[in-house]
Amino acid sequence: MINSSSDNVKKLNSINRRMFITGSLKFFVMIGIVSRLFFLQVKENKKYLTLSDKNRIREWKLAPVRGEFHDYFGNVIAGNFEAYQLHVIPEQVEDFRYVIYRLKDLLELSDTEFKKVLKKKNEIKPWETLIVSDNLSWQKFSKINNHLYDLNGVKPVISISRNYPFKENFTHLVGYVSQANQDDIESTQAIKKNFVPGLKVGKVGLEKTFEEKLIGTNDIERYEVNAYGRRISQLEFQKGEKGKTLRLTIDTEVQKLANELLKDQAGSICVMDIYTGAVIAMHSSPSFDPNLFVFGISQDDWQLIRNDPMKPLVNKTLQGNYSPGSTIKPIVALSALENGIVNTSFTVRCTGKTEMYGQTYHCWKKKGHGYVSLRNAMKQSCDTYFYEVARKLGVDKLSETAKKFGLGEKVFGNLFDIEKKGLIPNTQWKKNALGKGWLLGETIITGIGQGYIQTTPIQLCLMTAQIANGGYKIYPHLVVDDKVKDQPIDKFTPLYKNSKNIKIVQDAIFGSTNEVMGTSYRSRIDNPKYQFAGKTGTAQVKKITEEERELDLKTFQIPYEQRDHALYVAFGPYKNPRYALSVIVEHGGNGSTTAAPMATKLFKLIIDRHKIRESLRNKKYLEI
Amino acid sequence: MYQHTRLTTNRLGFFQKFRNFDYILLVCILLLGFISLATMYSTDGGEIKFHTKSHFTKLAVFTLMMLVMSFINIKYWFSIGYLAYVAVVGLLVGTYLFGITSSGSQRWINLYFINLQPSELMKIFIIVCLAKFFHRMKLENVNSIYTILTSLIIILLPMGLVIVQPDLGTAVLIAISGIAVLWFAGINYKYFIYTILGFIISLPFVIAFLKPYQKLRVLTFLNPDKDPLGAGYQIIQSKIAVGSGGIFGKGFLKGTQSYLEFLPEKHTDFIFTLFSEEFGFVGSAILLVIYAIIIYRIVAIGASSRSYFAKIFCYSFGAAIFVFITINMSMVLGLLPIVGSPLPIMSYGGSSMLATMIGFGIVMSARVHNQQLIA
Repeated sequence: MINSSSDNVKKLNSINRRMFITGSLKFFVMIGIVSRLFFLQVKENKKYLTLSDKNRIREWKLAPVRGEFHDYFGNVIAGNFEAYQLHVIPEQVEDFRYVIYRLKDLLELSDTEFKKVLKKKNEIKPWETLIVSDNLSWQKFSKINNHLYDLNGVKPVISISRNYPFKENFTHLVGYVSQANQDDIESTQAIKKNFVPGLKVGKVGLEKTFEEKLIGTNDIERYEVNAYGRRISQLEFQKGEKGKTLRLTIDTEVQKLANELLKDQAGSICVMDIYTGAVIAMHSSPSFDPNLFVFGISQDDWQLIRNDPMKPLVNKTLQGNYSPGSTIKPIVALSALENGIVNTSFTVRCTGKTEMYGQTYHCWKKKGHGYVSLRNAMKQSCDTYFYEVARKLGVDKLSETAKKFGLGEKVFGNLFDIEKKGLIPNTQWKKNALGKGWLLGETIITGIGQGYIQTTPIQLCLMTAQIANGGYKIYPHLVVDDKVKDQPIDKFTPLYKNSKNIKIVQDAIFGSTNEVMGTSYRSRIDNPKYQFAGKTGTAQVKKITEEERELDLKTFQIPYEQRDHALYVAFGPYKNPRYALSVIVEHGGNGSTTAAPMATKLFKLIIDRHKIRESLRNKKYLEI
Repeated sequence: MYQHTRLTTNRLGFFQKFRNFDYILLVCILLLGFISLATMYSTDGGEIKFHTKSHFTKLAVFTLMMLVMSFINIKYWFSIGYLAYVAVVGLLVGTYLFGITSSGSQRWINLYFINLQPSELMKIFIIVCLAKFFHRMKLENVNSIYTILTSLIIILLPMGLVIVQPDLGTAVLIAISGIAVLWFAGINYKYFIYTILGFIISLPFVIAFLKPYQKLRVLTFLNPDKDPLGAGYQIIQSKIAVGSGGIFGKGFLKGTQSYLEFLPEKHTDFIFTLFSEEFGFVGSAILLVIYAIIIYRIVAIGASSRSYFAKIFCYSFGAAIFVFITINMSMVLGLLPIVGSPLPIMSYGGSSMLATMIGFGIVMSARVHNQQLIA
C-alpha cells in the first residue's frame, strides 16, 4: 500500500512536470499563431486587400463611340447609326435549342450563318453574351420584338455602329472601319488601350490616319465576380468619351459630281483651294461601298471588288503614278523662262517630227505646227517646241523646278501611308538608281512628260494650284483645324525667281483653253465668272510603234489597256483664280476630249458653291 | 472517513452532479457552438441552408450527448476503454472492407442511420485506451520494452488502417493523440528525442515514398506561388482571405473571398479562414482565447481529478485538441502544408464533432466525478 502510494506520488510528480512543459510549449505555439495572424491581418493587410479586390472586381470595357467625319458644311460623311442587334446569354435561356431554332426561322438564317452562331456559342462561357445577329433590319428587329414572349433570354440591343451615308463617294478619302485585328492592336497604342472584342477600327484612309483622335474612350463597367468569373453585381459605371469629330475641307457636292463624272471609268479627280491648300474634292474611281466592310465583307463582294480590272482598291489620286504627259509643259516652260533659256519671242519650227541624236521624235500633230512661240506651243501643246526647250534646258534644271512645285514628293506628308512619291528624274538619280548615265534623248521625252517621269494626280493638282496662285508654296490639307498651329514656316514663300515668268505661263495656259486652236478650246466657258484655264495631257502607256503611228487608230479601236491616259489640269476663275484641279481618266484616250469636259462641269459647280463656302468662313470669324 | 468519502462520491445525486459541472467549460463550448453556427450560416451565403441546418442538428444532438455523458461515472468510461478501442478498430476494418469512397479516399462507413468516419473517433478512443493502459502501471514499468511495444502497436494498428484509406493527415493526428498519452504517462524523454531526430533524418526518404499528390502538397507549401491556379490555389486564396480581413474584418456575411467562392473547402478545413476574413484579427484573437480557455479548463479538470486515468485523459485530450487547432490554423495561415484536419467544433463534419464532444463528455464526467478513485 505504501509502495503503491509512493509510486502514485512519483507518477503524479512526473505527469505534473510534463504538464508544465506541455503548457509552456502550448503558450509559445499560441504566441506563434497570434503573431502570424498579426502579420497577415495587420502588417500585410494592404497587400492582401489589394489581392482580394483583384480577385473579386473585374472590369468590362464597352466599345467606345467613334468620332465622326463631317464635310466643310457639316454634312455627316462618316457617322454612327444605331445597329439593331440580337444578344443571347446562353445560361439565361431555359431551352437553348428551342430558342435558337426559333430564331433561325424568324431571322431566316442560312445554314452557314446558323452554324457560325452555334460555333460561336461553343467558344464562349455560358454567361457571356452571344451575338446572334449584329445588324438586323428594322423589319426583322420588330418581328423579334413581337415574338419576345416565347424567346426567353433573347435580348434585342441597339448598338452604335459606323455608317457611311454617301457610300462610295468618300471611300478612298475617308476609308472604312472594320474589326480590329492583331496587327492593329500592336501597331496603335490607342487601339490597344481601348480594345474590346468586336471593336471596329480604321483600316485605310483618314479613318486609319486619325485613329487616335477618332477612337474615343471605353465605357467601363466594374462588376463584382465570383471565382468562376460570373458577374454578381455592378459596382460602377464609368462613361467613356466619344471620339473627336473631324471636319474636313471637302465639299460633298463637288465630291459627288467627281464620282458621277468618273462613273464606269478608272481615274481620279482632285480640286484644291489655291490659297489655303484646302482640298475641295478628292476622288478615285472606281470606288466601292465602305459600308460593306463594317460588319465584315462577304466573300462574294470581296472577290467582286478584288478582281475588278479597274482596281477599285487602289487610291489612284495618291497611289497612281502616271506619266504627266503634256500637263508637265507649264513646268518645262516655266523652268526654261526662269533659267533664261528661252524668252517669249523664242520660236521653234514644228514639222510634225524632228531628228535629234539620230532618233526621230514625233509631234502629236503629224502635219506640224509651223513656227511656234512659247504661248502658241503651250496653247496647241506642240511637242516639237518642248523637245527643243527641254534639250536646251537639260533635265537637272527641269527637275529642280518640278520639285519646287511639289512633284516627286508626298503631298500630304505622313497623312496617308499609301501615298506615292512619284518620280522626277535627273542625271544623279539615274546613276544611283539604275547605274547608267543619262541619255540626252531621255531629256527630250521628259520635256513632254514621258519617260521616267511619274506624278500622282494630287501632285499635278498642287503643281497647278501653285502656278495659279502666282507661284507661292501652299500645303494641301483635308482637315479643318480650328487652332491655327503648326503652320509650316515656308508657307507662301515664292517658288519663282521672277513673278513675270509665272504670269507668262498662266497666260499661255489661258490661251490653251480660251483661244481658237487651243487644245481644250471646246471645253471653255466664256462667262468670266466661270472662265478657267487648263492644260491637257495625253500620257502614253506604251511606246507607239511606227506601224501604229501609220495606222492612226481612233481610241475605241485600241484595246482598253493600251489606250492613252487622259489628263487635264486647270485653274479658275481666270480673272481671279481660286481653285485648281486635276483630272485623270485612265485609258481615257485623249486629254482634250475626255478629261477637259469634266473640268467644265466641275468649275461650274465649284464656283457656284464658292459663295456658300466663303459665307461659312466669314461666319466663323463673326462668331469670334 | 476515507470509506465514507468514497461512498458519498459514488452516490452523487442528480443535482449534486449538476452543481459539479464546469460551467466555464460549458459556456465556452456553447459559445464556440454558436460562433460555428454563425460562421456556417455565412458559408451558406447568409441563408439557412443545408450546412447550417445540419450543423445545428449535430451540435444540438452531440451537446446533449455530452451532457448525458457527464452524468455517467468516470469509472464507466474507464471500464469501456479497451472495448471502445477494439470497436473503433473494428469499424476501421469495416471501412477498409466496405467503406464509402469519396474523392479518392475510402474514409466513411455506412451505419444505416449515419455515415461515420471512424478515423475521427479513433483520435479520442486511442487516448481512452492508452490512458487505461497506463492507469495502473507502475512508473518503473512504463519504460519497459513490453510497455513501449504494446503501446506502439496500439498506436500503429489504427494508423495503418487509416493510412491505407488513404488519409495521412488523420493518421498523423491519431499518432499525435497517442504520443500525447505516452508523453504524460512518463515514457523516457530520450525516446521522444530519438524519435524526433529519427524523423528528421528519415524525412527525405519519407518524402520519396509519398504519393504524388502528397509530395505536391509539400512542395506547394514550400512555394505556393509556383502554381497559383493549381496546387497553390487553396493556400494562396486562404492567405488572401485572412490577410484582407484586417484588424476588424470585412463584417459578418461580407467575406468576399468566401461568398464569391474563391475559398475552397470553406465549410470544413478552411472555416477559420472565413471566420478570420469576416471578423478580422480581433475576432480571430477572441476565438483563440475561447479555445485557450477550453484547453485551460480541460487541463484544470485533469489537475483536480483524483484518479490517474482522468488526469492522464484530460491532459492528453487537452494536448491533442491543442495540436488539432494548431495544425488546422497553421495550415490555413500557410505555416504548414495542407493536411486534411478539421478545426474542432467549428468545422462542418459529424464524425469530428462527435469525437470532440465525446472527449468533452469524458472530461466533464471527470469533472463531475473528480473525487472518484479508480482501483
